[in-house]
Amino acid sequence: MSAVETRIITKRIRDREEDSWTIDGALASGAYEGLKKAFTIGRDAIGQEQVKASGLRGRGGGGFPTATKWSFLPEASFPRYLVINADEGEPSTFKDRMLLEADPHQLIEGIAIAAFAIECNLAFLYLRGEFALGYERLVDAIAAAHAKGFLGSNILGSGFDLEIVVHRGAGAYICGEETALLESLEGERGMPRIRPPFPANEGLYAKPTVVNNVETISSLPHIILMGGEEYGKLGVNRSTGTRVFSLSGHVKRPGNYEVELGITFRDLLYSPELGGGIREDRAVKFFIPGGASSQWLIGSDEHLDAPLDMDYVQETFGVMLGSGAVMVYDETVNPVLVAWRLAKFFSHESCGKCTPCREGTGWIEKVLFRIVNGHGRRQDLDMLFDVCESISPGVMNAPFTQTTICSLGPSVVSCIASLQQYFRDEVLAMCAGPALIPVSAS
Amino acid sequence: MSANGDALVTITIDGKEVKVASGELLIKVAQEHGTYIPRFCWHERMKPVGMCRMCLVEVEGVRGLPPACTTPVTDGMVVHTTTPQVRKVQDGVLELLLINHPLDCPVCDRGGECPLQDTTLAFGPGESRFVEEKRHWEKPIPVSDLVLLDRERCIQCARCTRFADEIAGDPLISFGERGGYTEITTFPDEPFASYFSGNTVQVCPVGALTAQPYRFKARPWDLDAAETSCLTCAVQCRGALESASNQLVRLLGVDSDPVNQGWLCDKGRYGYEAINAENRVRYPMVRKSTGADGSPGELVECSWPEALDAVADGIQRALDLNGPRSVALIGGARGTNEDAYAWARLAKGVLRTDNVDAQLGDGLPAAVALGLPHALINDLDTAAAIVLLGPDLKEELPVLYLRVKKAAVEAGVPLIEIAPRDTGLSRYASARLRPLPGEQADTARKLAAAINGTPSANADIDAAAALLVGRDGDLVVVLGRGDLAESADVTVGAAAALSIIENAKFLVALRRANVRGALELGLAPGFLPGRATLDTGRDHFVNEWGGVPEEVGLDALGIFSAAAEGRIHALILAGSDPINDCPDRALARNAIMASGFVVAIDTFLTESSKRADVFLPASIWGEKTGTITNLEGRVQRVAQKVSPDGTAMPDWRIAAELAARLGVEFDLESADEVTEEIARVAPAFVGLDMSLLRRARDGAVIPIASFPDEIHLGRAGVALQGASWDPILPSPEVVPEDTDDNSDLHSIVVSVSPAVQLHEWDGASPQLSTPARDAYALRLIVGRTLYDGGTWTMASPSLSPLVPESVLLVNPQDRDRIGVADGESVRVATGRGSIASRVRGDLATPIGTAFMAFNLPGPGAADLVDATLSVTDIRVESIR
Repeated sequence: MSAVETRIITKRIRDREEDSWTIDGALASGAYEGLKKAFTIGRDAIGQEQVKASGLRGRGGGGFPTATKWSFLPEASFPRYLVINADEGEPSTFKDRMLLEADPHQLIEGIAIAAFAIECNLAFLYLRGEFALGYERLVDAIAAAHAKGFLGSNILGSGFDLEIVVHRGAGAYICGEETALLESLEGERGMPRIRPPFPANEGLYAKPTVVNNVETISSLPHIILMGGEEYGKLGVNRSTGTRVFSLSGHVKRPGNYEVELGITFRDLLYSPELGGGIREDRAVKFFIPGGASSQWLIGSDEHLDAPLDMDYVQETFGVMLGSGAVMVYDETVNPVLVAWRLAKFFSHESCGKCTPCREGTGWIEKVLFRIVNGHGRRQDLDMLFDVCESISPGVMNAPFTQTTICSLGPSVVSCIASLQQYFRDEVLAMCAGPALIPVSAS
Repeated sequence: MSANGDALVTITIDGKEVKVASGELLIKVAQEHGTYIPRFCWHERMKPVGMCRMCLVEVEGVRGLPPACTTPVTDGMVVHTTTPQVRKVQDGVLELLLINHPLDCPVCDRGGECPLQDTTLAFGPGESRFVEEKRHWEKPIPVSDLVLLDRERCIQCARCTRFADEIAGDPLISFGERGGYTEITTFPDEPFASYFSGNTVQVCPVGALTAQPYRFKARPWDLDAAETSCLTCAVQCRGALESASNQLVRLLGVDSDPVNQGWLCDKGRYGYEAINAENRVRYPMVRKSTGADGSPGELVECSWPEALDAVADGIQRALDLNGPRSVALIGGARGTNEDAYAWARLAKGVLRTDNVDAQLGDGLPAAVALGLPHALINDLDTAAAIVLLGPDLKEELPVLYLRVKKAAVEAGVPLIEIAPRDTGLSRYASARLRPLPGEQADTARKLAAAINGTPSANADIDAAAALLVGRDGDLVVVLGRGDLAESADVTVGAAAALSIIENAKFLVALRRANVRGALELGLAPGFLPGRATLDTGRDHFVNEWGGVPEEVGLDALGIFSAAAEGRIHALILAGSDPINDCPDRALARNAIMASGFVVAIDTFLTESSKRADVFLPASIWGEKTGTITNLEGRVQRVAQKVSPDGTAMPDWRIAAELAARLGVEFDLESADEVTEEIARVAPAFVGLDMSLLRRARDGAVIPIASFPDEIHLGRAGVALQGASWDPILPSPEVVPEDTDDNSDLHSIVVSVSPAVQLHEWDGASPQLSTPARDAYALRLIVGRTLYDGGTWTMASPSLSPLVPESVLLVNPQDRDRIGVADGESVRVATGRGSIASRVRGDLATPIGTAFMAFNLPGPGAADLVDATLSVTDIRVESIR
């Protein structure tokens, strides 16, 4: 395997930086060919043949097989809705933003293919409110696609109708959680729903609903054009195809890189075509492999040489590739400071619906803040870890359970588990000073 | 099969195998079988949300810890609620709930009966490891005039917001902010002005919501509770009445499934304040002339014997000089059944006058109210459709409004509303018919014909009739006086039209608290106790009482007219205030002024009772025991919780004392003895004795032989001691040992038969000619508001500020035609009188009509209505 980019869904973006988002630029580089082919191969061949064969798994963080998700829709229950989750809010994840802004037609084509496959005539796109440029380009692209007959009624003479509603979020991370997203779309407060019922049975407006991520949907035109089997040959094991990794932190070349799954973290961080190495050629102290919710890995050979394989990293290290955001920290970084900043984020973004997350995230943030400011107590780390057990019982034994409704609460647990696992001594050293608050509290 | 027809499944809870109805929630069935799973957010009467995470349990074969409140039971389910893993999570959730909780229990209203305290003791970790700063908020902040919010104590269970949204239909409180700063909040410039706001305080699992009237008044361990029913309106919601140091301090809703299902309206919940009011009259008074100038003199305090003698003398003089027809009794609908019976026996058996009416021209004839086929409140949930022909239930019978709303929203029962203007239920109605006042009978006739298969020419009416197609069940008609500016005959005509529909049953929605009981016990012309008429019951009651009136007497309006003409020489006002409560104030005032001798049995000096010659102070709800009858005919017991301040006596005793002075010994020593006499003497009440009432948890519906299934012996389920935040279940005074076996009882109950044929209405309605409205007039609609100028409301410090200002509502088009702006004054005139009023445009009021609320302080609708006319047309002109 080569440590270079494998450009499939970012090809147009890279090749036509000047006009990739325009209808002319898109059409000149093969846009909507996948949709035409989809209509010729027919509805039934898309989901359960092509997409299934491709092994495509959700790119939003969960990694659930897309074809399987579609297959959960109850038969003969209409209307059904397709909802595109474009509420990309995971800290340091910025791939969907690029896909939206720079190649909206690829996304619209993917939506049309998915909607055709699942027999949906009305798709909703829940867009992160802050994506102003993405919103403009998306709205323009939808209008242009309409004008060219790629949306609307009787698309390309296929007899298939589709409209897309773009809804802008109002700035809540939780609305990227699919059921909170549906609540928000319905005009309710963005809070996750209790499952069951699952969205496939009772989703938007209590109708069968599929929620897919932008990158997942953007892959569909290529799967149709290449053929699912061909696409499935890319990647490794059950992690097929390519993914766009958002590489950030102390690498020399931060940015979005589309790579074939199966290359190693070392490839991603150090390849001259990719991360380009660590700033000032320092050592990696630790890195977060799959977005802020993931547990951490450290700069050991074992971790760096691990392949970008969703199942392997999960089973071996209990971490996830998640949303594909890799944050790299060099040896100068205080991991407690990082943990505190992450906890502050989750505390701020907790929706408040269920107790463990609402109260637990805030508590953890306060304790970490105190430690960072030199008032840590020796028992604090173990206490934090025990509080985490109230949010994610069995946190160190993947797959851990959760006492919360959604996975936001357990996300804050990741940084504490990582501190406990890799930086315990460093934390305890920080807690050695005289504490300003009573230590007798057990 | 279970009681409600669901299949039974077997599940195992902590090693104990139980059979339960499939699909029920685990938390509920576990509790019913003795395993209490801790919870904060779950409430049996609301949809589960799974927010607090306190009820997490282990279910074999299920990954993780599912919440018991959102998990339906399935066959073979094996549940563990006490494993180390569950205990650890319970510890964890409680510790987390407490980290930001202020722990100001010593000064918190909830302290001592707090679910968070109790649950922490039973399931919690014992101590906290939290040493950081707790979150702080300004507190308390008012969310309404009655409810205050302490956001620091709140544990975000959403019980209050769900109640407001799901149950009350007033989604005026909501979560704001998020995460650890999630707070309950109102919307800008919109207070939580719900008639049901007090329920949020009761269901709150902490002291976050407190009620202004109860705040800091008592500690829970000083409270003593008695189960009773509210006597504010005719729904008669079940409640737990609590006192401390012989002062009533709180009324909590009890979850009586057939009646209020746990909820109370704020007027009922906080109305007890009136009982403690400073200006209660505590001693008898007689009017004594101060000098020789012939002035009538003033009411001065006296002893009971002096007052009773004065009353007996006055009545005896009238009887001697002018005969029984010169004596009349008005009232009796605010007390107990025992009071009503005693008044009826005094008036009809002793004084032999039939000039008796519990209503004040603001209700319906007893012949109609008693003689229609009766529906139960629970019939609403299974009705084919509900016809609303009457008042705005939200304003008059608030908890009945909740029940109708629930039937419409949750059970999908179509509502057909026949009302002159929009009401609180209009937004839930499937059909809204808007006849002009005076013309309901015509609409009802067409609707009945359309339902019976003859379409009318009116598309709206036919669409309403079509709602019944394919629906089984009874047609439940909620029947009341929708408009006090029109004659009751209009409603009677509409009721007659609807009564021809097959399966039509009626809920008679008269508002005054025990009006049904009073009518059932003979406080109406032409009737004797127990739904017997003067004709059918004559022999029976002559036998029991020694005599009854010779002929049918006058109703209230007839009595007032006769009195105004000088034909009533002794007028007994038994807890009634005709000058404020009769729709025709001039008529009532003239009647009282012209009556030779007026006795008031009352609690406060009202416009009417202050004009009495003798004032006898009566004890009221909370101060006396007895039974009452709600609008569906359900008889339940009320409890005495405090002793009256002063020397007030219950009405039944006053009536018995008067009877004794007039030569008839009632031989009744206690309220229970009166109840027994009613069960023996009054045909509709036959069999409803103390022995049954003490054992029946939800009382019984009369006649009991027709409603044997309404009698439930024993407790409703597992009662939770002192946990007022969870449904408080009704509990009879005597719990039979074998509570499952009611079969004997049923066979006994259905074999009980009245001595007299019970009255049934023949549907005869008076011919009515409603004049056409001329183009310059507006037809007046007069309805009630929940908070009005009534004696009790005005005497309750917390409620009296909520009484709105009187305003004339007209359609904006009519307002513009009159040429005034909102808030300006107009002169409103009828043949009866003329008043000045502010005016406001209102889209709920159709063009050509005007609305004015009844009985608000100051000049108002009662000054405009002429009770002898079928409708009231008003002239409105600007007085800029």
